[in-house]
Amino acid sequence: MDALDVSRWQFGITTVYHFIFVPLTIGLAPLIAVMQTVWHVTGNAAWYRLTRFFGKLFLINFAIGVATGIVQEFQFGMNWSEYSKFVGDIFGAPLAFEGLIAFFFESTFIGLWIFGWNRLPRALHLVCIWIVAFGVNASAFFIIAANSFMQHPVGAKFNPETGRAELTDFVALLTNNTAIWAFLHAVTGAFLTAGAFVAGVSAWLMVRSKRTTGPADSITMYRPAAMLGSVVALVAAGGLFFTGDIQGKLMFVQQPMKMASAESLCHTETDPMFSVLTVGTHNNCDSVTHLIEVPYVLPFLAESRFDGVTLQGVQDLQEQYQDKFGPGDYRPNLFVTYWAFRAMIGLLAVPVLFALVTLWLTRRGRIPDQRWYGRFGILTIPAPFLANSAGWVFTEMGRQPWVVVPNPTGDQMVRMTVQDGVSGHSAGLVLFSLATFTLLYGALAVVWFWLMRRYVVEGPQDHDSEPAPPTPPSSDDVAPLSFAY
Amino acid sequence: MGLQELWFFLIAALFLGFLLLEGFDFGVGMLMIPFGIAGKGEPEQRERRRRAALNTIGPVWDANEVWLITAGAAMFAAFPVWYATVFSSLYLPLLAILVGMILRIVGIEWRGKIDDPRWRRWADIGIAAGSWLPAILWGVAFAVLVQGLPIDADGRSQATLTDVVSVYTLLGGLATASLFAFYGAVFVALKTSGPVREDAFRFARILSAPVVVLAGGFGLWTQFAHGKTWTWVPLAVAVLALLRAVALMWRGDGEGRAFVATMVVVAAVAVLLFGSMYPNLLPSTLNPDWGVTIYNGSSTPYTLKIMSWASLTLLPLVIGYQAWTYWVFRKRITAEAIPASIGLPRHQP
Repeated sequence: MDALDVSRWQFGITTVYHFIFVPLTIGLAPLIAVMQTVWHVTGNAAWYRLTRFFGKLFLINFAIGVATGIVQEFQFGMNWSEYSKFVGDIFGAPLAFEGLIAFFFESTFIGLWIFGWNRLPRALHLVCIWIVAFGVNASAFFIIAANSFMQHPVGAKFNPETGRAELTDFVALLTNNTAIWAFLHAVTGAFLTAGAFVAGVSAWLMVRSKRTTGPADSITMYRPAAMLGSVVALVAAGGLFFTGDIQGKLMFVQQPMKMASAESLCHTETDPMFSVLTVGTHNNCDSVTHLIEVPYVLPFLAESRFDGVTLQGVQDLQEQYQDKFGPGDYRPNLFVTYWAFRAMIGLLAVPVLFALVTLWLTRRGRIPDQRWYGRFGILTIPAPFLANSAGWVFTEMGRQPWVVVPNPTGDQMVRMTVQDGVSGHSAGLVLFSLATFTLLYGALAVVWFWLMRRYVVEGPQDHDSEPAPPTPPSSDDVAPLSFAY
Repeated sequence: MGLQELWFFLIAALFLGFLLLEGFDFGVGMLMIPFGIAGKGEPEQRERRRRAALNTIGPVWDANEVWLITAGAAMFAAFPVWYATVFSSLYLPLLAILVGMILRIVGIEWRGKIDDPRWRRWADIGIAAGSWLPAILWGVAFAVLVQGLPIDADGRSQATLTDVVSVYTLLGGLATASLFAFYGAVFVALKTSGPVREDAFRFARILSAPVVVLAGGFGLWTQFAHGKTWTWVPLAVAVLALLRAVALMWRGDGEGRAFVATMVVVAAVAVLLFGSMYPNLLPSTLNPDWGVTIYNGSSTPYTLKIMSWASLTLLPLVIGYQAWTYWVFRKRITAEAIPASIGLPRHQP
């Protein structure tokens, strides 16, 4: 392997690690804010206990989300210095905005939320978690706007004197249609993740509680939480279909190679069939055999019509690109894009089914106690995580070999292949950091999983009964602490 | 003042924020294990002292760290050539810093989650590694930035290990480490009362000779090798403030004034370093014309203008609510005020 391959593996591994934890943070922060708001408004102690319980899980997750995110901020310069020089004028701005607007907010106010339970007035303490929820979502917007520039560069032109891309329109960069729909898609995905997490955990605890200690906690806490999570998951699933459909339509126009590759569509066809199952080595158009195909789907995905749509195939696009950008292989890995796309969509069925089952089993005050239902809840939780990863793998590997995909209607010189973007390191140096991060993150992910499992199994704790009203700082100069690391 | 000059000052200000706020965070992390060892008595009491020390930075350390993230992003946005060259040249030090910071984050956040001595020992090792490594290596990194790297005519660095690790840069690392450890001791003295505060005074006294020698030596070397005439001023301020802080800590009270004095030292050292650099960002040791400067390394005026509006409106807000956070948690803490551990046992009972 050369430094390019190792650098790509490193960026992929570290980003996928980061995005295991990120969606749960993005989706769970608003959900916890909602739980705390319900407690604040109604005074119902069950919602306080839920806030504390999911708050602990949130913080265990938040820590590793921050830890895996730190690397990303520096990795562009470390491994992709030529890319960083080429687009820094444009790409750096949303990153800096993310720091100024989102990271400062979330990091400061999460500290106030953790330590402020008995220190801040309750309304102010509630505002803190809402600001955290705003911060994590704002951060998603800016980083996705930066990523969307790589997928569909707008608001930029190439300066031949410096050989660098330059920002011409910051508003265009932030209102990039790719950015807006990718942001909405990622955020609804995060809400699905958190909704399924809350519903799955609550369902399991509801069954366990009813079977062991009696239904009291199931009635007051777990049933409402499972229903809240299920409704959030269902609404998010609808949002994912809608935003995903629009994103797909944009991609057919802006990144036709990515969509052709996702469909294993090798040759330009009119009204091609949507392929559900193919066999073959998949990275080679000649060996792909389509086994199951469905008509009408693909034309609808592309242009909201059922026929009369001509879509370009991988081989034809490859020839066009060679004419336009010179010799080279412009095809992504067909196997990965094909299956990642299908995994992302297919995994949606699991949380949707579980949410429907939950709403059915809890109808009119019922408390389910079927063992299979509790297990179904736990088994549902990983599905959205896997779908998130599959979606990002599809998005990112579908734009290969580009790191900045040429915009068909933009400045054609604002483009860069990953080959030209990588730093000039030796493969050994990058392999060393790849091994370091992979092992370190792997170990931390194991600890994270163990901690999350441990805290879920333990369930809400006795010492998290409703708090005393906040005490103003006492006149003597020592602070009583409600929480200490 | 042009935009490029403004952005040199703004990035220096962001790094200054990072050093001022993370400086004592690193110091607390570096001294946390000693705080546990120093106290005589039962393991239970020692654990409480260690937690008291850690919780002086409890609500704020995460936000303090964001100053570094934002400084890095601002380098990327305002001086992309600098960002790309520095971070790809200082590859291994940066890798070690990142590993340390990762360990520190999860060490602090997960430490209290499980009530078990072995679990806490691993967390403490992570916190210590995540405080010592960056405290030393940021000093090394800043010394490298002042001293320069072998940048070739294409603007690419040909740095080898000896360019990064030299007597001067190692002295820089030891100077920042000792300064941060001292700063952390003064901060704990300011934020606690009782035995933890007494231990903090003791640590500050033990550290006073090393910090004066190392930080003073590094300051003088920087001034003689790379300084400008006016940078004698921040150097003198740093030395006087440091002596003042040390004297106050020996006297055994006035930790508030000692803390302000140490802040002045950190700020003056940063001014000395960035002042020695200006207007270079990364001088080339091969040919003075090949280095990265604020003029050949910057983004376009349009980007700089947008970034200026954003940071000049948002930074005051950030400073405002961060200051308020410090105000909310202004009271001193003691080992006795640390609540009992609410971590779960390692195994399901």
